[in-house]
Amino acid sequence: MLIKVLGSGCSNCQKLEENTQKALAQLNINAKIEHVKDFVQIAKYGVMRTPALVVDEVVKVSGRVATVDEILAILKKTNN
Amino acid sequence: MELIQNIWEWLMNNILKMKWLEDGMGLLVTDVFHLSLEERIGQTIHFFLYDTIKIFILLMVFIGIVSYIQSYFPPERTKNILGKMKGIKGNIIGALLGTLTPFCSCSSIPIFIGFTVAGLPLGVTFSFLISSPLVDLASFMMLGTFFGFDIALYYVVVGLVLAVVGGSIIDKLHMESQIQDFVLELRSDGIESSKEEIKLTKRQRAIQAIREAFLILKRVYLYVLIGVGIGALIHNWIPTSFITTVLGEDNPFSVFIAAFISIPMYADIFGTLPIAEALLYKGVEMGTILTFMMGVTALSLPSLVLLHKVVKKKLLFVFIGIVTIGIIIIGYLFNFII
Repeated sequence: MLIKVLGSGCSNCQKLEENTQKALAQLNINAKIEHVKDFVQIAKYGVMRTPALVVDEVVKVSGRVATVDEILAILKKTNN
Repeated sequence: MELIQNIWEWLMNNILKMKWLEDGMGLLVTDVFHLSLEERIGQTIHFFLYDTIKIFILLMVFIGIVSYIQSYFPPERTKNILGKMKGIKGNIIGALLGTLTPFCSCSSIPIFIGFTVAGLPLGVTFSFLISSPLVDLASFMMLGTFFGFDIALYYVVVGLVLAVVGGSIIDKLHMESQIQDFVLELRSDGIESSKEEIKLTKRQRAIQAIREAFLILKRVYLYVLIGVGIGALIHNWIPTSFITTVLGEDNPFSVFIAAFISIPMYADIFGTLPIAEALLYKGVEMGTILTFMMGVTALSLPSLVLLHKVVKKKLLFVFIGIVTIGIIIIGYLFNFII
């Protein structure tokens, strides 16, 4: 599984990355988190509000910091 | 009738202006700190405590409410609505939607790219970009509580007019070639992305809004403290004669000075309110104060650096020029009328 956090490095983006790491630790899933800061790359996902969470190249959350629980639900669904 | 007026006044004084807080902090300064409210030290501490707490309470409440409303107007939706608009109507709707979308300057780049790639006219995008930081619901409510809702309404109207006129001028100048090449390449290549976002329930939106309010508070609290600090300084320590010489009505260049001080500054409107309040107290005219607040919020060095990533120099300077001239005209106009 490939997880990307999109965002210019603002505090919200870091919070989202933190939450994602916490969710991953709970699930014991082997996944890589990549932090995408490049505007062009972010734009290519059609995202207009950061931070955003992308799982296997699909945008799951944008414009807000998802909670650990929310990310858990998303990851479980994608992993099945 | 009189009863309604009394109720309204009571609401204004106690809830919006927080008279109880002003009195309470007064008691704290006199009875706990044993300082006199007749003296400058006591006044400064009183101004600082009262204004800081007032702004933080108002921020939490207003941003909470506004974030909830805004959650129904993400930029993706704005883009779809604007895609159907043509001509000046696009500028007007663009400016109006700018008031409803979230006010973080860090998303101005992805929004610019998103709008441009979707094929929106450059002028419409700029109408949106001018109004978005300048006018929003939270600042309308804050201005209303600080200066009265007539002033808040004027501020919103002139802010929107500036956004519409500024966008229209940029439209007429046909500066499409001034967009950075990589954005234009994205436009011709198109964007293919897959999204599977969950729709939030009302309850989730409400929780999200409260969380958003805390996050914004965390982001702006320092600016608010600095703003209140400068406000307290102006309020109690800088001689009135100095302020009126520089920014008062007898100085014909007051609005120019306000514009050039404020433009490089970066702060939210919430940080500028205590400064504006103190300037008003010192007898500076409303137009000069509006120019100052608009200069701080609409243009700042960090936001211009960001904008330069997506537009070339010429368009960047046209944008700075239009907004600068616009807020100077607004300032003189207000000083003349009010």
